Amino acid sequence: MLKFIKHHLDTIDGVEIFPVVSFLIFFSVFVFALIYVVKADKSHMDEMSNLPLDNKN
Amino acid sequence: MEMQLEKFSYDNKIVRNFLFATALWGLVGFLVGLICAIEMFWPQLTNGISFLSFGRLRPLHTNAVIFAFVGNAIFAGVYHSLQRLVKARMYSDVLSKVHFWGWQLIIVAAAITLPLGYSTGKEYAELEWPIDISIALVWVIFGWNMMGTILKRRVKHLYVAIWFYIASWATVAVLHIVNSIELPVSFLKSYSMYAGVQDALVQWWYGHNAVAFFLTTPFLGLMYYYVPKAAGRPVFSYRLSIIHFWALIFIYIWAGPHHLLYTALPDWAQSLGTVFSIMLIAPSWGGMLNGLLTLRGAWDKVRDDVVLKFMVVAITAYGMVTFEGPMLSLKSLNAMTHYTDWIVGHVHLGALGWNGCMIFAMLYFIIPRIFQTKLHSQKMANWHFWLATASIIFYAIPMYWAGIVQNQMWREFNADGTLTNQNFLDTVTQLIPMYATRAIGGSIFIVGVLLMFYNLYKTVKSGKLLANEEAEAYPLAKANVKHEKEHWHRWIEKRPMQMLLLSIVVILIGGAIEMIPTFLVKSNIPSITSVQPYTPLELEGRDLYIREGCYNCHSQMIRPFRWETERYGDYSKAGEFVYDHPFQWGSKRTGPDLAREGVKTGRLYKPNDWHFNHLLVPDSVSDGSIMPRYPWLLNKLDSKTLEGKITAMRKMGVPYPEGYESKAAGDMRVQAKEVAKPLYDNIDGLMISDETYDKIAAGEMKLEETEMVAVIAYLQRLGTDIYPKAAKK
Repeated sequence: MLKFIKHHLDTIDGVEIFPVVSFLIFFSVFVFALIYVVKADKSHMDEMSNLPLDNKN
Repeated sequence: MEMQLEKFSYDNKIVRNFLFATALWGLVGFLVGLICAIEMFWPQLTNGISFLSFGRLRPLHTNAVIFAFVGNAIFAGVYHSLQRLVKARMYSDVLSKVHFWGWQLIIVAAAITLPLGYSTGKEYAELEWPIDISIALVWVIFGWNMMGTILKRRVKHLYVAIWFYIASWATVAVLHIVNSIELPVSFLKSYSMYAGVQDALVQWWYGHNAVAFFLTTPFLGLMYYYVPKAAGRPVFSYRLSIIHFWALIFIYIWAGPHHLLYTALPDWAQSLGTVFSIMLIAPSWGGMLNGLLTLRGAWDKVRDDVVLKFMVVAITAYGMVTFEGPMLSLKSLNAMTHYTDWIVGHVHLGALGWNGCMIFAMLYFIIPRIFQTKLHSQKMANWHFWLATASIIFYAIPMYWAGIVQNQMWREFNADGTLTNQNFLDTVTQLIPMYATRAIGGSIFIVGVLLMFYNLYKTVKSGKLLANEEAEAYPLAKANVKHEKEHWHRWIEKRPMQMLLLSIVVILIGGAIEMIPTFLVKSNIPSITSVQPYTPLELEGRDLYIREGCYNCHSQMIRPFRWETERYGDYSKAGEFVYDHPFQWGSKRTGPDLAREGVKTGRLYKPNDWHFNHLLVPDSVSDGSIMPRYPWLLNKLDSKTLEGKITAMRKMGVPYPEGYESKAAGDMRVQAKEVAKPLYDNIDGLMISDETYDKIAAGEMKLEETEMVAVIAYLQRLGTDIYPKAAKK
């Protein structure tokens, strides 16, 4: 099965782009998460963090 | 429009079942571990009992503690906390039951097959293909039940613990399926689809992420629920939990190659593994700090609450281990610690500290509550706490010490340029006191567990299970308070399926980027024209090597260090392993590396009769050896599946000529006679009993038909492919 896939794509030109692309993806996910977290509404954060306690269990 | 308060009940019965299973299998897994630990300084304990030998038991230990102990604990915690966080009963009681019993059946199947030697030869993935399929099915049922519960929730937003549960579920599914792609040869035998370097990469992408997404992220989720619950206060920083969640699940995936530093894995992959492992410190410590700082201002509570004590030790151990791990991923430190007992120390710091203590905390927290009673004895639980904590020290420190001794002895050179410790065995005998101390550490841990058993037993007896716990909450429409600004993350918090899909995309990125070039770019695995497939006899021998779990103590990967090439021979090249389904590079050197064992001019080369005696009675040729004895290798080799093996290998790209399988048995018999000849020539020097000697002399037993000869043939093949061959058939 693997041979079949390999047969069709023998080399990847410019494989160096891979780590660059991955870094960009990571960076953007991280940046979005950071932005959200910085701009998040405090009361919503408090409400979320109290969810486990919101229960007599 | 008035919304009616809905009444429903939480299923506590399933939680009880999973908790009992956790405790029971935990004890089994720990005891198997203790047997393994004792075997390492007292190998005679289990002489001649095949299903108790170290190579068979170690996979049972790892699989039991990971999948049976930790696995059941995850399910217990998820089923308990999820219902309460979403204010809904589990989606389906039937699915809950199928999940529970399915998982326990899998464990029983593992407990039977592993000691009998049915193994794929891949660490923490030894279970053979029918069990692998069962795991996938039960895992789907778990996910179905979990996502179904989330979808019928009465709390709009998903608390952070639930993201961890979702991401863990998704990632474990991907890891298990991809790493378990194997071609069956018979009902309980299969070969990994991958070979050599590629198999190594897939295996350790899986292996490290089993640590990440089975041993870590579910527990972070559980931490985010049970620490606030136990402390009665919210998590320190919800914002931090969001950041570290995404960072963690993204970065963790890439760290796999840190298990393969200085091996034949391409350099760029090794570097990625190192860099991402270092980056991992940040989100890991984010989690640790969040957990510990939740207790700020409430440390006096910890003094009086054994549950909090266990949690503090667990989270602290987590912090230690997630600093140690990245440090061990630095190539310079890795060069000194890989293959040594240091790694075993590292593992158990995490396993006993983070996983063990967190699970104990959960058991002590949940059981009194669902049985509507108080814990039978706080004092006993405190004793357990101190024993568990002490045992971690008695385990880890001897292992660190042993690791340092091994590395120092392996690499020491005399002034004249020769190795100081020429005989590998000398480095092993030095470690016996450390192995004994470690076994004491493990025993202390088990004593604590026995106390816990008694304590919880008395607790359960004093109470009554609240099988269905009454609860009430408004359905979703009323509970949804409109927010003015709907940020994207809030959007995803409300949409669990999108969360699931996005997590899957994120975790696939790391795997794809590391594996696709390794698989598709030819230059990553330079081929060596002289490398040939294994002969039929060698293939059978290799499968016996896997059956006996030799990879648990012997590596087959020589690193490019002078102190390794002096001892073992030329360092291992990627192209040598292209036909190795599965790869057998190993992770540990309790015994020497075998990668060039067959090279006749190599320092490690031994003749056939030496191997015969060494396998039969190791300490007869290696004084003080802790290797188990393998008398059952004198049994007749069962080669009924040989044709199927050749065909399977060919299907996976190993260039056996078409139709070779019909010739294979004949070739095998010819080679077996060649391998057996030196044994017959030195029959008086073989460590066989008089009875066996007589049988051979009478022609009742033929050495060339034994499993022993197949194993010897395999060992004598190792590492020879890159050297010019003498006349070959």
